[in-house]
Amino acid sequence: MQKLGFVEGDRIRIRKKTDSSVVVYEGIIMPAASRNVVIKLDTGYNIGIRPENVEIEVIDTVEALKELKELKKGTKERKQSTIRKAKEGLPFLSILSTGGTIASKVDYRTGAVSPQFSTEDILEAIPELAQIANIKGKVIYSILSENMRAEYWRKLAAEVYTEIKNGAEGIIVTHGTDTMGYTAAALSFMVRTSVPVILVGSQRSSDRPSSDATMNAICAAKVACSDLAEVVVVMHGSTSDNFCFIHRGTKVRKLHTSARDAFQSVNDVPIGKVYYDASNIERIRFEFLSAYTKRGETELELSDQLEDKCCLVKFYPGADPAILDSFVEQGYKGIVLEGTGLGHVSAEWIPSVARAIKGGIPVVMTSQCLYGTICDSVYDTGRDLLRAGIIEGEDMLPETALVKLMWVLGQTTDMEEVKRLMHENIAGEIKW
Amino acid sequence: MEIDYHKIGLKAGLEIHQQLNTRTKLFCKCPTTLRDKKESTLPFKRYLRVSKGEMGEVDEAALEEEKYSRTFIYKGYDSTCLVENDEQPPRELNREAIDISLEVALLLNMNSADEVHTMRKIVIDGSNTCGFQRTALVATDGGIETEEGGVGVDSLCLEEDAASKIETEGDAVVYSLDRLGIPLVEIGTAPDIKTAEQARKVAEQLGMILRSTDKVKRGLGTIRQDINVSIARGARVEIKGVQNLRLIGKIVENEAVRQIKLIELREKLKRRRADVERLIEDLSGVFANTSSKVIKKAGGKVFGVCLRGFSGILGTEIQPGRRFGSELADFANKYGAGLMHTDELPAYGIKEAEVAQLKRTFNAAEDDCVVIVAAERERAESALKVVLRRAEEAMREIPKETRRALLNGSSAYMRPLPGAARMYPETDVPPVEISLQRLKYIKSKLPETFEHRKARYKEKFGLNDELADKISRNPNFSLFERIMESYENIPATLVVRTLTDTLAELMQEGVGVEVEVEKLEDQHFMDVFKLLSANAFGKEAVPDILKFLANKPEMSVDKAIEEIGLRVDMEEVERLIEDIVNSKLDFIREKGARALGPLMGVVMKELRGKVDGKVINRILEEKVKEVQEGG
Repeated sequence: MQKLGFVEGDRIRIRKKTDSSVVVYEGIIMPAASRNVVIKLDTGYNIGIRPENVEIEVIDTVEALKELKELKKGTKERKQSTIRKAKEGLPFLSILSTGGTIASKVDYRTGAVSPQFSTEDILEAIPELAQIANIKGKVIYSILSENMRAEYWRKLAAEVYTEIKNGAEGIIVTHGTDTMGYTAAALSFMVRTSVPVILVGSQRSSDRPSSDATMNAICAAKVACSDLAEVVVVMHGSTSDNFCFIHRGTKVRKLHTSARDAFQSVNDVPIGKVYYDASNIERIRFEFLSAYTKRGETELELSDQLEDKCCLVKFYPGADPAILDSFVEQGYKGIVLEGTGLGHVSAEWIPSVARAIKGGIPVVMTSQCLYGTICDSVYDTGRDLLRAGIIEGEDMLPETALVKLMWVLGQTTDMEEVKRLMHENIAGEIKW
Repeated sequence: MEIDYHKIGLKAGLEIHQQLNTRTKLFCKCPTTLRDKKESTLPFKRYLRVSKGEMGEVDEAALEEEKYSRTFIYKGYDSTCLVENDEQPPRELNREAIDISLEVALLLNMNSADEVHTMRKIVIDGSNTCGFQRTALVATDGGIETEEGGVGVDSLCLEEDAASKIETEGDAVVYSLDRLGIPLVEIGTAPDIKTAEQARKVAEQLGMILRSTDKVKRGLGTIRQDINVSIARGARVEIKGVQNLRLIGKIVENEAVRQIKLIELREKLKRRRADVERLIEDLSGVFANTSSKVIKKAGGKVFGVCLRGFSGILGTEIQPGRRFGSELADFANKYGAGLMHTDELPAYGIKEAEVAQLKRTFNAAEDDCVVIVAAERERAESALKVVLRRAEEAMREIPKETRRALLNGSSAYMRPLPGAARMYPETDVPPVEISLQRLKYIKSKLPETFEHRKARYKEKFGLNDELADKISRNPNFSLFERIMESYENIPATLVVRTLTDTLAELMQEGVGVEVEVEKLEDQHFMDVFKLLSANAFGKEAVPDILKFLANKPEMSVDKAIEEIGLRVDMEEVERLIEDIVNSKLDFIREKGARALGPLMGVVMKELRGKVDGKVINRILEEKVKEVQEGG
């Protein structure tokens, strides 16, 4: 665009020749994703114009416009100081931002939404948070959650641990919703927490009036001030703005691509509900639906070793056992299978499974049913799998089982110990 | 009031919103059909809050809406989806809708954008679940010709229609989602309109052009007009939601009058050195023992302010049925507080003595006006603050604002004029490039212009200039052609008259008698002319049959003829004519051929509408001849 003699933010006039006349457009140059020139007209509309048969003239440069704006602003408002005074009687919460829709706004590079908001932006957008607690913010990452990886979980766990150690009375982690369930499980195993650790996100970006970010964040802050000492996910419980669920970090799964109530507890009831009232946040109240660990019952502990080289393999009818073999060949240290029904793969797979286990690779069976418990002693293939040494993943979500296996292998490589830990309920991941 | 529009410098522009008759909605695959609200399968509840525009500013109109914190309840159907619920991102911009808007743009001599960008227009009154209306600028810089000069057409936007408001339940507003997402074009003219009459004509002409595509929705609520009005010393005011074309002239006139009156009031206030004290008093004590139901209902809480020099001002009529006090009341109403003032008191059960005490509390002089609201403190103070602001404005200027059209052609305050700050790019919808081929193709399929159609009708159907003009501009022109092409022996003039004058007469009649002309469908007309062509009844009966069908649209034309008693046996007709002739034998012998006229009258009295006059005339002639020859 620079070749054409103007840059983003300049005010320009375009004269475009058509068959019958000349049309004049005037506006500010906007970033464009195509080769067309996109300008914002004074009406606020954006319009794209093919840069052919046009004459373009710069009326004001972006610098001149900026100065003008600053001049106007200067007389109107002074820049607000970002240092906030602590309010007495309110608890101290830390918000750790990792990105995601809750912190998203438009990205002109791609024209789509990408995470950009800082914690300060969130506080500015949801001033109610300051009424609930003294908030300290920190940006850990600015990524969409599909770009998360095990090493980021480790860093996040360490940050959570440090914040709590430094006196934070509750932690809120803003997170993209795509892999929030994985991170919640990872933190559940890595941090034995003495305060609430809340993961929160939004399904509708916070740059829109209907965003669920507001209600989710306010409910999360409320839970972060409660007596709960677990890693949980707080998100909309229904399509209405009426309540949020508090989900145990190891039992929660995103079950819808886009709806507000995408997060649901699987094989467990949610820990609780938070009833929202937009007109008066004082009126927001809780209801606990199951037992939970309370503040003071546990001592803070960090065990952040993970074996990254674990995989989750989904079985499907006719799947080639070479799929499994290739993971073994690539040196994977642990494998979680997402089998059918009660926990099955085809008879064809059994030699491969047996070979992997014999080679010292723990293989954990979970079910693509998601709901229910693994039971391999009912049918023949199940019994063959048990004979081969498969570890039944109980009623764990496949993703939780994967994260747990990473964590267990971070603690020990002894096959018997691995087996024992996989069967033991460590962070609420095994209910039945 | 006779207004010299030229002298007051009237400038008006129109914004027409027309729903498109597309197969699916603008951003999802749901049908564009309206539903019976009772069939709703899902209610849900939401809140909205303002967000910043692309340039980091917050829109004033949106901010003001947020002040009235409200809950929104939405009703969904089995014909709406997660897109309407704001639970799923929109799908790509409906291609059919883009094509129709390009077609309209070409008909309005506009230039289309090379790339169409969907924007979010922040609207947080709840009418859009996501808190914004998606809108895209498709074309600019067009124009149409009118008898009073050219009128520019500045912009054509493709937008999604909003949810329709069903009711208000306390602080909650209930909306129906069936209408949300129906594509519509918003056509904005330049402020080139100079008289109220011209405004009506431009609206009519735009409506005709839209209908000529045959791709827009028809019927009540499918077209809505907004009008921008200003006068030389006034301000730009946008009046929204005019559903009736006939009201447009009235609305322009009434707004011009309102601005003239407000200017007069401002001069008066200046002369009086009026002053607005920003002091809100708790007046509950004055009404401790009141018999006013309004005040009792509000728990006896009353707060008020004194507007120095405003006496008589609030009572001044500025539009039919609306005084300046009504303008202030509009603001108080936004907070759910009713407003009363000393220009109208004593009233509402408030006694003379209480009014006197009110005035004493403020040391009010004769020129002063006390304004009160009955509500609890917080609500009352919020309401009175905006009332004070509006009163101050009255001394300074005519506020730019958005108003809501009322049924009598007046208008009420709605919100401040929204600005460009409410626009934000819709990141979920990729821009759409409009290729030159696509435009060329649409251009090659444009509907016929009126001028061309008129010439064709004169040529093909032998219509005179007046009738050809009438029917070629009439929305029923294509029905006219279908009838003419389908049936023989039907005079074109009769079809034109039926589809224009007869319908108009029935519609006017409909005010008194229960005739619902809207219920008549094309098929009704087709059947009527089909049977007429088969000589099943006389052409004189057409209005009666239509009137009958309008009341009972489920009935067939055949059945209608029978019910009205038009079904006749031709033998019986002959016998009847013979009887009449026989009873007048002397008369016929005396008058000869001249007896035909008077006899025709007598026969027609019996058979009007049942049998075509021509047929009767023929039979009668024969019979009379027989008598003459026989005699």
